[in-house]
Parts: sequence; structure tokens; C-alpha cells
Amino acid sequence: MKSIREEFGKVLTSLGAKYSNLVVLDADCGSHTKSKNFSQKYPERFFNIGISEQDLVGIAAGLAACGKIPIVSCYSMFLMRAWEQIRNTIGRANLNVKLIATHAGASPHADGSSHQCFEDLSIMRVIPNMTVIAPADSKSMALLLEEAIDLNGPIYMRLGRDEVHDVYDSNPHLEIGKANTIVDGSDVSIIASGVLVYEALTASQMLKRDGVSASVIDLHTIKPIDTNIIVNESRKTGALVTAEEHSVIGGLGSSVSEIVVSEYPVPVEMVGVKNRFGESSLSYRELLLKLGLTASSIYHAARRVLLRKR
Amino acid sequence: MKALNRNQILLLSKINENSESTITSLLTKLSNELDIPLSTLKFNAKILKSLNLIEFKQNDKARIVCLSEAGKFILNIVNLQFNENYLSIIKNLSEAKLIFPSISQSRTFLEEPLLNNLKAIASRIRENVVRMISEAGSGHLGASLSIIDILVVLYFLKIKHDPKNPSWSERDRVILSKGHAAPALYAVLAECGYFPTSLLSSLRRIDSFLQGHPEVYIPGIDMVSGSLGQGLSIANGMALSFRLNGKNNRVYVIMGDGELNEGQVWEAALTSSHLMLDNITVIIDRNGFQQEGSTENIKRLEPLAEKWKAFGWHAIEIDGHDLNQIIAALNEAELTKGYPTVIIAHTIKGFQQNY
Repeated sequence: MKSIREEFGKVLTSLGAKYSNLVVLDADCGSHTKSKNFSQKYPERFFNIGISEQDLVGIAAGLAACGKIPIVSCYSMFLMRAWEQIRNTIGRANLNVKLIATHAGASPHADGSSHQCFEDLSIMRVIPNMTVIAPADSKSMALLLEEAIDLNGPIYMRLGRDEVHDVYDSNPHLEIGKANTIVDGSDVSIIASGVLVYEALTASQMLKRDGVSASVIDLHTIKPIDTNIIVNESRKTGALVTAEEHSVIGGLGSSVSEIVVSEYPVPVEMVGVKNRFGESSLSYRELLLKLGLTASSIYHAARRVLLRKR
Repeated sequence: MKALNRNQILLLSKINENSESTITSLLTKLSNELDIPLSTLKFNAKILKSLNLIEFKQNDKARIVCLSEAGKFILNIVNLQFNENYLSIIKNLSEAKLIFPSISQSRTFLEEPLLNNLKAIASRIRENVVRMISEAGSGHLGASLSIIDILVVLYFLKIKHDPKNPSWSERDRVILSKGHAAPALYAVLAECGYFPTSLLSSLRRIDSFLQGHPEVYIPGIDMVSGSLGQGLSIANGMALSFRLNGKNNRVYVIMGDGELNEGQVWEAALTSSHLMLDNITVIIDRNGFQQEGSTENIKRLEPLAEKWKAFGWHAIEIDGHDLNQIIAALNEAELTKGYPTVIIAHTIKGFQQNY
């Protein structure tokens, strides 16, 4: 298990050496988002804009309009207060800004509902031109972040805070916009993103013990969504489970369902946060359990969807 | 003018003559007297209302109809005479100078032929703006007219730009943060040669490229806008980028005074002064009005210059229709080092210069 924000700080710093036009902006959270790691190496390319997320987003837009590659590092919840700035400037002008939102989902567990963000995927993916990414672990974050920098256009990437299990041990081949099949199964397909990918892998082991063969798909890019893989899994297994550390309203489950209903209708069960806010807990695990965001929830959802299968 | 139809022009002059009627009684009377269907008059009155050329005010008995400042101004153009109403607008400007004694005195700076040339350009642009908005059937006429002199001085005298190469990387940047004044900027860009003047009549039409508010795909537009309060933050990013690259390009932001209600403006103002972005010049179109009324009645701004100074800015107040004062202030801003500069340009919403 690694702290994804620590890894983010390191990856950012190494990318700083490779891309001389990369600049990093933070809203007075550098020691929390770990963008501080970059600032120590490249102080002239780091700007702490202060506690002013709307200004932060505008500054990033201006830098991008003049040829820089700005990385905005910010708590996901508080970046959302600049949604309209993101939509109206970065989105409309299709600017090359990389929004890296840390502390997403339930990961700021102790802070409570004010800091826990289950709404970002929904309101970011609705913006035209925006690419939306939720990596499963530190390794995939590093790969996708570098790809994101090479891709010209606005990117929203959400990361957790600390404890993230490793999903990938060797270097996987990951491509923005292409979902990755980790396990190929035949009875049911589990499509997940972020930390729920690891939970999905555990659930597939539990299902295997029941004699159920489950696919596990890492849908790291929520938008543009990989329509092919969703249609292929629907045809092959005829039963889908989606899993995300986000509200079931508008997130990954909704995105998958939008494809399924129009391309190849099959039953879908969604694992995610059910129209509620988070709350404080002493450990991350404890909160994930309470919100139903664990392998066991995915396992039960798979059992339910198998009963609905025609 | 030409784009207003005969009935609309008739209505404007009748409303001007009958200062104590309600709209219903006036339209009924005209319909009877002139044998025009009431529905036709109602339809045209609605168009005048949507163009903000007429407005309603409540007296003790009824809601009476009258011309707005913009309506009076249009009527003056239509009549091709600068009558007493027009002179009263000019008088208001001198009153504004009494209220704001810090407005700098007009300095003779521009040579007479150049000054006259600029005035002729501004005049032509005003005509185009009025035509564009009336043809489109909607748009912010008053807010567009008040910034034309500022834009003319910027684009024809001050900024580094090349209309033949709109994406020239060495150009200065202009952000129209009060994006609703887009018609004024479009007309200026066309006058500069970014695109043919004939395209101006495509404003707000389906499939046209002149959108209601600025889009980056329009040649000469450096940044999208339309949602208020965001331009200065973007300017901060551009100015930082120029500094990082060791360039001396300047960034100009045109803001409305109503726009200063937005909190983001003040976040951004702190950033520019903190980072000592002296390559930024903000020009505030201080016309005193926002959508629903006077800025001082809705969310008081004065003492405005003092607010900016307290935020670490160099502040200059000018008459925003005096070309000499505008260029003098822009030059002063460029010479000011260590501080960003704000130019508070006192203007009149719907202003037409008597050239």
C-alpha cells in the first residue's frame, strides 16, 4: 500500500525535469497535495496562489493560453467551487490545463462531509472538451499523468489521499480513453475505477470461490468512455456491476449505463455512494465499509445482477 | 437606425413626446389616430423594450413609459440632430467630473490630424455597433457604446498586434472581461482588419461566428468571456507566463463597474499586486450602471480608487471619452513599475461623442 499523494509529488517533480514549460499551481495546500515536492526542486515554476480556487483556475487558463502546461493541484472538493470558471474558460476555450484533484472520494475520512467529494466525476464529465480520469493506484497514476501532459486539452484527474492498494505490479500498458481488462471472465463484468478496482479484484476472488467467473475492468478514463469494451462485456457476460468511490448519480455507473441502454441493454447494479454526504471516521477503511464501497458490496451486487440476468 | 423599422422609430418619437402615458393608453391612442393595428404597435414596442430603448417608471398613479438613455440617443441619431437632450448628456459628464474631482485634467497629447482620425474611427464604430445590435434584436447597447473610445485608443494607438496574423505570439493580450460588450470589440476588430466589416451583421445569428459573447475562434479574440469577474485571473496567468519567458508584452483587461461585485475580481487583484504583475493594466468602464440600476444603489463601490490602492494597485481616474486622457493613462500604466495599474475610466452608458 502506498500514499498516492506522496507518489503524485514525486512523479510531478520528475515530470518537471522532462517538461520545461510545466508549471504547478496550488491553493495553499502544497504540503497536503504534495505539490510542495515540486516547489522545492523548481521554485520558479511553482505558485501558491493562496486560498482562492476561482482565481487559481483563471490563472491556469491564462498560463495555458500563453503556451505553458499548468498543473493545478487542489483538494477535489474545493476545486469544485471553481466549476463555473472551469466550464466557462478552460472548457469553452479548450485550454491545455491539467486539473489534479487530490483528497477525492472518502479519502479525507477524518475531515467529514465538508471535505469528502462524491460529486466531481459527475459535474466534470458534463463539460464538453473535458477528459476525466480516475486512476486505480500509484503506478497507473504516474503513467496516466504523463500521458495527460502529452495530450493537448483540459484534463481532470482525481486522486485519493493516502492508502491506496497496488493493483498493478509490473508496468501495465494504459492508454487514456481505453479501459484495461485486468481479469477476463464469462459470467459477470465488474467495471470499476479508482480504489474500487482493488476491491473489484477481491470481489472477483470471492465470486470465483462460488464458481462464478467475473471480468474486472479498470475504467480509468470516465470520459471519453471506452464504448467498445462496455458493449463487448455486455454481449459476453450479459450482466454488469459498476463500482466507484463517488455518487451513483452521474458518475462511472451512470456513464456505463448511458452506453448500455443505447447500445446493448443488460442489467446493471451500481456500487457507489447512494445520494448522501460522507461523515467523519478514524480510519479510511471504516468509512468505505459504512458507505458500502468494499469488495463485499461488489460481491453482493454481482450476486443480485446474476439473478436479474436473462 | 436603418435597421429600426418605421413603426419603431414612430414609437420612439411618440413616447418621447408623451411623457406621462402608460404604454397601453399610448398604443391605443396611436392605433386609433394613425390606423395601425394595435398588435403591430405592441409587437414593435416589445422589440424596443428588448433593445432597452424604452423603460418604465412608476409615478403615484400608473406605470408610465419613457425612453431610456440609449433610446434617447438612438432617436437623436434618427433625427440627425444633436438637440437639447444630447447636450444634457454632455452636461452629465461635466457633473461627473464635479463628483469625482480626482479625474485628471485633459492634456493635449495627440496631434490634431491623428485625433480627428481616431474620432472618425470611433464614430464609424459606434454606428456599426448600433446597427449590429438593432439587427440582431438583442445585445447590450449602452455597455458597448461606453467603451468604444477606450478600445479605439488601445487598438489603434497602444497595443502591439497584427490583424494579418491574429495568433502572433509577440502580441499584447486584451481580455474583454465584460464580455457583454462584445459588439464593440467585434466592430473594433473589423475596423482593424481582423475580418470584413460585412460580417458584423452576423452577430448572434445561427451558424455565424460572431457569438453573443467572445469566443476564442473569432480572429483577434484572445480569451473567451461572458461570465463576469474572470478576466483578471486569466490576465494574471498570461502576465506570469510573459514574465517566466522574459517577455515585455502587456496584458489589458477591460472590466465593467458592475462586474466588481464579483468576489473573484478581488481574489485576482490581490494576486496581481502580490506577484507585482506590472505588465497588467485594468481599465474599468465606470459608467455607473449595472443591469438593475445604479452601482451605488445596488452594491456601493465608492471610494473605488481607494479600494484598488488598498489592494496594492496604482490607480488613475480619467474621463473615458477623452482620447488624450486615455492614451496618457495607458502610457502612465506602462511606465509604472512594481505595481499593476488600474485606470478608472468615467464613461456614460450609451455615450455618443459629438465629432
